[in-house]
Parts: sequence; structure tokens; C-alpha cells
Amino acid sequence: MSVMDKYLSEVVKSIPPSGIRKFFDLVSQTEGVISLGVGEPDFVTPWHIREACLYSLEKGYTMYTSNSGLPELREEIARYQQRTNGLDYDPDKQILITVGVSEAIDIALRALIEPGDEVLVPEPCFVSYAPGAVLAYGKAVPVETFADDQYRLRLDSLAEKISPRSKVLFLAYPNNPTGGIMDREDLMALVDIIIKNDLIVISDEIYSELTYEGEHVSIASLPGMKERTLVMNGFSKAFAMTGWRIGYVCGHSDIIGALTKIHQYTIMCAPIMAQKAAIEALRHGEEQMRKMIDDYNYRRKLIVNSLRQIGMDCFEPRGAFYCFPSVSKTGLSSEEFCERLLMEEQVAAVPGNAFGSSGEGYIRCCYAASVSNIEEAVERMGRLIERHNNA
Amino acid sequence: MDLRKRVLELMEHDARLSAKTLATMLEEDEEVIQKLISKMEKEKIILGYNTVINWENAGCEGVTAMIDVKVTPVRDLGFNSIAERVYRFPEVRCVYLMSGTYDLSVVVEGKTMKDVARFVSHKLSTLEHVQSTVTHFVLKRYKQDHFIFEEPEEDKRLVVSP
Repeated sequence: MSVMDKYLSEVVKSIPPSGIRKFFDLVSQTEGVISLGVGEPDFVTPWHIREACLYSLEKGYTMYTSNSGLPELREEIARYQQRTNGLDYDPDKQILITVGVSEAIDIALRALIEPGDEVLVPEPCFVSYAPGAVLAYGKAVPVETFADDQYRLRLDSLAEKISPRSKVLFLAYPNNPTGGIMDREDLMALVDIIIKNDLIVISDEIYSELTYEGEHVSIASLPGMKERTLVMNGFSKAFAMTGWRIGYVCGHSDIIGALTKIHQYTIMCAPIMAQKAAIEALRHGEEQMRKMIDDYNYRRKLIVNSLRQIGMDCFEPRGAFYCFPSVSKTGLSSEEFCERLLMEEQVAAVPGNAFGSSGEGYIRCCYAASVSNIEEAVERMGRLIERHNNA
Repeated sequence: MDLRKRVLELMEHDARLSAKTLATMLEEDEEVIQKLISKMEKEKIILGYNTVINWENAGCEGVTAMIDVKVTPVRDLGFNSIAERVYRFPEVRCVYLMSGTYDLSVVVEGKTMKDVARFVSHKLSTLEHVQSTVTHFVLKRYKQDHFIFEEPEEDKRLVVSP
């Protein structure tokens, strides 16, 4: 225990450090690594978007915006949600611009959770949902999903974990780390139980544009769901804008109002330059975005087929830019496999258990990497597996 | 999108993608891709493959000029026969027919300015039907065929992130 430990709150101390962080430190000490461990596009933000930001700086847009964000941006988002999800949101009362979806998740949990309320978190999933729930004095309840179901959330798995204290359900599709998606029918199957148990859904749709097969469906667009869903999205993945930290949340005006209250005291507003860039992205970014998505799609097929060629079991990801192959045939744990892959072959992938215990036995490989790096990384992985099998 | 177009789009950006890699990316048979490429080579859809080189970094300096050429079109043949006489010179890298104040844009490469000047005065401007030439020397190359010459675009991402 460190000297200052006694000053730290129990709730913060109760949260384990991110598994990714641990692995990051290890990778950083290794030279010449091919990394499939990143969680962001390998494109830089398209030039026209960067240029729009520079122009806004030249024009002197360096001040606060309203707490909710620039009205033009909220209007563009309203149009975008109508166009892509068929959802109508009032830009004045039902949309809040946030510092990435990460902020939206944090303030939503703080606005919704009473101490002891339960937050249902389908796993494997992005690393911040469960800690976010705990920081809001709630309890994170993991719900397992499985490769055999293509990582869709099953009704029976969900039903098993619902209790009288259940308040919020996370849905994050297309999914990080698995690349799984939920079709309309898959989501329809959950609507009744969500309504019956009076749950609020936080739908993290940050990878929505990166849907390669089928179309993205927001659960908010299903009957009876719009009022009880917070749709969260942003610009990081589709427009390669991770470092801009710009996202948004749409939902019922009462809830958005509560979120805005926290946002105004803690953040004030998202940076104006990022908001200006986001306007440009929504107005003129479609064509370049499509090109990037086509490019990911080629590499998706390359990595999945290459992994299968070296004998790894890999479920076909239909969204995001990750694949989630199984390493269980080697008998190694996710962490052991990733450590050996790094030490012996200088390839970084993220152990699946960093995304929840149901990710054990899998590794996350990001294919936002060059074709030659993907091929080289898979070849090295094949070498490791062969050596291990022959040992 | 048809397969041919998808293959071409991928190869336009990286000619070194092997038939095997292309086949894996497009979920096609390697042999199908190989045959398709050979067919496109025969049909002159794929004219050839070359490398984008920063000769300055290789320590080999050269000179490139863009020459605006005004010509008198030839009856029945228009500009084509003159363009053909121009593009057959090995010094000529590109020839385009242009709209606007001149007719042909000719990109010429030489070892020295003198080389290029000699080509223009001795070979190009003396061609029948060539009325005038204006030569612009390239001072600096910033970008060519999608590649930026100055700063290498390196991966600035963290090696591992959530």
C-alpha cells in the first residue's frame, strides 16, 4: 500500500487498473513491434476536415460554445440520425455534444444510477463500461456473450442476470473487441424484456458506420425503444478523428437535460475546434469515409482468412475493425499467448480477458494496419503456434 | 462492384500486392485473380508497373520540365499524329492534350537543364506543325502519385489502446 492510499476513495481503489494499460507498458519496452493492438483507425483525419478546423482557428473560433454544443452541429447530427437510423431528435433538447462517447457514458451513468443500482454489461466489451458503473456507485453485472452466437446478446443470458435492481443495459454493436453486430431481429428479441423490466439502454454506436455485412440498426429505432434509449455516437472511428475527442448523445429531453447539467459543471463544452471539424465531417465527409470503410473491409477479409489459413478459429467479424480469434487450441491463456507473441515474435495483440472474463481464450487483433504488416503479423503468429505445438 | 474494378483499385495503390494476397482480400481463388491480371495486361488495361522514387534522396539529381506546346492540327489526323511524334522520344515522360491556351502538355526529364533545353530547341520546337513552346522547370517536388516527398507519413498511434 502506498503512503497516500489512505486518502483515496474506496470506490476508486476498488477499480482494477485497465488490463490494456498493463500490456501497453510491456509493449512499449519492446523494439520493432508490429502492432495489432491499437484501437483506432490507421488513417489520419481526412485533410478537408483538418483544413476546416484550421480555417475556423484563423477566423478566431477559440471560445466556449453553449453547453450543449454548436447549434449547427446538433442540427447536422439530427439530420444524420434521421438519415441513418430514421430517428427524429430535437437538436435543441435531445442532443448533447460531448468529449467523445467516453464522456457521454460517464455522465449518463452518473445521471441514471442510484447507489446499488445494477448495470448490465454484455461482455466482452469496451473497457470503460463496468468501471463507469462502479464510479457512479452502481454495480456492474457482466452478461456473457459467445463466439457460437457471433457475440450477439442472447435473451436467456440477459434474463438470467436481470434483478429488481437492474437499471441500465449497455449495448455496443458493432462490438469492440469482437466485431460482432446485432441485426434487427436480434434486437427485436430483447425489446420485450427491456420494456418489462423498465431498463434504460445505453447504445454505444461508435462503430455503426463500420458495418460490412447487413445494415446497422439502432435499438432506439424499434417500437417503444426511443424514449428509453440513449444513442451515443461520435466521429472517432468513422472519420478517423480519435484524438479530437468529439462525440454526442441523443435521447429523451428529460435525460439529456440531466446529462447536460453534469456536463455543464464538469466539462462546460466540447472544444469548439473539434466541433467545427465535426460539422465538416458530417457535411462533406461521406465519400472519404466510404473509401476508408472499403479499405477496412478488404483488410478484414485478409486477416480473417489468413488467420484461418494458419489454423486459428476466428469468428467472422461483421463490424468495427477487430477480429477476435481463439487461442484456446494452444492451451495457453490469452495473456500467456500475447506475451509470448510479443516476446518471441514481436507482434502486439490485446489479450481478450482485458475486455471481460468471457474474453479469456481469445485475443483482439486490430486490422487497421497495413496489408504487409497484417500478413507479416499473421505469419509470425503461425510460427509461434507451430513452435508451441511441436514443443 | 465488379471484381475487375476492385482488383484495379487495390493495385493502383500498391502494385506489389501478390495475387495470393489479393485473392485473400477479395475472397476469390488465387488462380482466378492471376488469370484476371494477365488478361488485363494483355488487354492493355494494365499498361505496366513502375516505382515512385525520390531521386534526390538517392543522391541522383535530375531535371524535369513541363512544356506547353502550341501546334497546328493536321488535316484528318488532328493532334494525334503530332502527339505521337512527341511521345516517341524517350526523354518524354507524359503527353497530354489540353484545353485552354496551348495544345499539348509535355513532361520531359533530363540529367541537366542543358539536356532539356537541347531537347526542346533541337527536337521539339523543330517538329513540323509545332508553333511555339514554353518551358517550365520543376523546382521542387512535393507530391507525386499520392506520395508526399518531404515528411514520411509515420504511424503516430500508441502501440496499444482500448
